Amino acid sequence: MTPLSSWGRLGSHAHRQIFLNDRYAIGSMIRSHQPGIAFGHGRSYGDVCLNPGGTVWKTRGLDRFISFDPVRGLLACEAGVLLRDIHGLVVSQGWMLPVTPGTQLVTVGGAIANDVHGKNHHRYGSFGDHVLKLRLLRTDGEIIDCGPDQRSEWFGATLGGLGLTGLVTEATIQLRKIEGAWLQSETIPYKSLEHFFELAAASEEDWEHTVSWIDCMDRGQGRGLFMRANHIKSAFDEPKNRQRKMPFSPPVSLINGLSLRPLNWSYYHLHRLKAKKAQVHYKPFFYPLDHVLEWNRLYGPKGFYQYQSVVPLEYGRDSIRAMLQAIARSGEGSFLAVLKTFGDRRSTGLLSFPGPGVTLALDFPNRNDRTHRLLERLDAVVRDQGGRIYPAKDARMPRDLFESGYPKLNEFLNYRDAGISSALSRRLMGS
Amino acid sequence: MNAKKRIVIIGATSGIAEACARLWVQDQAVDLTLVGRDALKTEAVAADLRVRSQASTVTVMAVDFLAEDKIKETVDLLCLKQPVDIVLIAHGTLPDQFAAQKDSALCKQTLEINAISPVLFAEVFVGHMEKANHGTLGIIGSVAGDRGRKSNYIYGAAKGLVARYAQGLQHRLASSNVKVVLIKPGPTDTPMTASLKFQGLKVAPLEEVAKKIVKAMSAGQAEAYVPWKWKIIMRVIQHLPSFIFARLNI
Repeated sequence: MTPLSSWGRLGSHAHRQIFLNDRYAIGSMIRSHQPGIAFGHGRSYGDVCLNPGGTVWKTRGLDRFISFDPVRGLLACEAGVLLRDIHGLVVSQGWMLPVTPGTQLVTVGGAIANDVHGKNHHRYGSFGDHVLKLRLLRTDGEIIDCGPDQRSEWFGATLGGLGLTGLVTEATIQLRKIEGAWLQSETIPYKSLEHFFELAAASEEDWEHTVSWIDCMDRGQGRGLFMRANHIKSAFDEPKNRQRKMPFSPPVSLINGLSLRPLNWSYYHLHRLKAKKAQVHYKPFFYPLDHVLEWNRLYGPKGFYQYQSVVPLEYGRDSIRAMLQAIARSGEGSFLAVLKTFGDRRSTGLLSFPGPGVTLALDFPNRNDRTHRLLERLDAVVRDQGGRIYPAKDARMPRDLFESGYPKLNEFLNYRDAGISSALSRRLMGS
Repeated sequence: MNAKKRIVIIGATSGIAEACARLWVQDQAVDLTLVGRDALKTEAVAADLRVRSQASTVTVMAVDFLAEDKIKETVDLLCLKQPVDIVLIAHGTLPDQFAAQKDSALCKQTLEINAISPVLFAEVFVGHMEKANHGTLGIIGSVAGDRGRKSNYIYGAAKGLVARYAQGLQHRLASSNVKVVLIKPGPTDTPMTASLKFQGLKVAPLEEVAKKIVKAMSAGQAEAYVPWKWKIIMRVIQHLPSFIFARLNI
């Protein structure tokens, strides 16, 4: 038993870690060590990848490519391959993953199990929309090859299935063509939520990537920075970027009541003044935090909560305002606050998170009851507006909110693997 | 045009070998032969390398690592066409020390696969390399071979034999162009150390270890501790007086 925590570092619990490496031996490994849950690169914030006191199957050793067709952009690989390694291979050959989250340090298996999304949801949907085939290994030894037109019920259950339908061991992904590694980007400061929604609506047509940072310390007014970008014909080279590392975990969170207001204020004004059109390499644009290794240590020994919700667009403005006001009233605050509209498309996955609406992602240093009280107030807004919370980032949502947010849950339960259980599945599904 | 560099890896499914192979194909297109015990597993490694470097040629050979005649046949075949530039002998198993003390078969197998087999391979390769007066042979020893410790002296003894053997080769080849590189990794993040990691022992990242091995081999260094700190640690352990050493639980 060794201690293991997820990216939010909310706690460190003893786990029996089983290292998977040989694709031909996975079946016997997981059969003899169950119940367990897959643990990839540990970038999920909450407890979706944890199983305190029990077993995790560590999949990073399954990191082999299987085949790549540079003409059609088809890549097959084992599930422990990092998105970064895929890009390392294919970008210089004019291909890219169509959808990636805000870090490329996640495994393919994790991207499937959480059906992750990126800044271009309105164009390209979620990660699962580009998976042509995946291999699912059940703990009873059954192998299920599935895809959009092959045993698609299993495919739908596994996309966003939180690792609970079996172990994803390999996948085939359709890449998208690019003409260079650079993007043309624009940063536009906005002063109000009205302004944000106008910008979002006006940008969807002509811009592939849209996202915004919102200053949630601004008394709920909703000022922020709207960023949009398109891929352009450009070089495939890469700017020299120094890899930094948060060297230790400070005794208290550096993101706190004292630091947040000046941090957000200066972030807003610095970028407002710099706001302009620029050509930017895909790495700093998509994965700004990837060059600071272990940045999660910033939040100190007690870790932090992420809270990402999506609410329908028609009530979007009111819900977001209500949440910002709740945050302002609580005296808590968030630095990595991201506001974005999703496109008008639902994902294939029965439990996939992305769907039509506006999504707000927040981070809060863990201050125990104070933080919980605030998150409960945010829950109330999400519940009222018929929204839902992203399980990949969650460590505490109440079960009723999960059930109301994911109406296909009952259908999903038919596909669960009895030999798989996680802290999240016990918390939200009872087993 | 220069011909592609010819590289042979014995025990290609070992974590360290696979990581080194990735670095070699990433560096330039090579002509790589992977020799393994299990054809299927070795083929999975080869497929990955072919994807990483489409210009490289990657071939797979499966052979019984304890059959001296098969070993000779395989190596002769590999060296027949043209000289090999780089050979890495990387196979090994790390048994549970306590189990190996109780189980003679496991003890024998540990000695054979970690000591005898690498020597059988190396000896045939070196014969060809000496004739061609060309090539670098890397052989994976271990810090465990530096001083016998109760926690893993059977594995350590086998690795100690490899160290002494490599020393002898270096002496024999001192006046030739053939380089023999003895690599001594500390505990590294590979499948072999799963049980150590299971107990929570800290292991070195595989990619870093592989980078240092590839570098040491291209420099033709006689001995390389990876990571480097193990050189100091092992010097200290080697020189501890036995009345202190006896009290250590290592």
